Amino acid sequence: MGDPHTPFILASYLATVLVIGGLIARMILDQRAQKRALAELEARGAGRGRRRGEERAAGSPSQATAERPATTERA
Amino acid sequence: MLTKLANPSTFLRWSGVLLPWLAGLTVVSLGIGLWMAWFVAPADYQQGETIRIMYIHVPAAWLALFLYAMMSASAIGTLVWRHPLADVSQKAAAPIGAAFTLVCLVTGALWGKPMWGTYWVWDARLTSVLVLFLVYAGIIALWRTIEDPSRAARAVAILTLVGALNLPIVKFSVDWWNTLHQPASVFRMDGPTIYPTMLYPLLVMALGVTFLALTMHMYAMRTEVFRRRVRTLSILEAERLDERRAAA
Repeated sequence: MGDPHTPFILASYLATVLVIGGLIARMILDQRAQKRALAELEARGAGRGRRRGEERAAGSPSQATAERPATTERA
Repeated sequence: MLTKLANPSTFLRWSGVLLPWLAGLTVVSLGIGLWMAWFVAPADYQQGETIRIMYIHVPAAWLALFLYAMMSASAIGTLVWRHPLADVSQKAAAPIGAAFTLVCLVTGALWGKPMWGTYWVWDARLTSVLVLFLVYAGIIALWRTIEDPSRAARAVAILTLVGALNLPIVKFSVDWWNTLHQPASVFRMDGPTIYPTMLYPLLVMALGVTFLALTMHMYAMRTEVFRRRVRTLSILEAERLDERRAAA
């Protein structure tokens, strides 16, 4: 590409990669951190009381950790 | 059916299956789009090679508006039906929309300098897109200001719907005012005015960028569901510790 405006074109694509790539990297790290925190809380038995309450209410065993709906919050 | 699919637990299940497919579609469509934009589409007779900036600038602009419209629909879901996934969808879309708006502004400035002789002018289209970016930034800040996610969602939903008034201004600014920015050349009542050899690469790129945004949105929604579970469990743990301390 022998165009005199090549630096502007390359800068545009580079800026896009930096902004979107940076956001994707941040999103991946964020999800990893949340999953780690969730696993640690579960390992400490943080949801034990709630699980017993849910089982009593539903009359059935609770679902797996990551798939279980939250009850004290809206999601 | 929709209510069942929108249950956070059900959402985690079906989004986990759908996400790899969506990511695959993104890679394929973006790959084809970039190849067409760089090697198939011709240089413009006036703008030369700088037309290549269009293939990221225009899809980024469309996505900036599309994500805001999606956020507004979710805001209605929050305020009217108080649906938990509507809150999650709103929160997940904001940073992605802000990122695409920023890409639109930056690539626009880099396209403007060689074509208009300036990076920036305070004309209606550029200014309204800058306002859109500031609204996105305000929404992200408001999410971080209020600790309780349900209360934050309602406050953000109101701000989002007020900010939605800017969407028609962005879209029609080039028709309502005399601006340096060119008028619409794809979505027009009388059909696109852009030549097919440039239109098709642009549409493929737009499709790829849309798949990318949807993949990012679904991924971010999953993260938000996990974050809320972490919060719930942390509160439960703290309550149990308090009870133990009180009993001792």
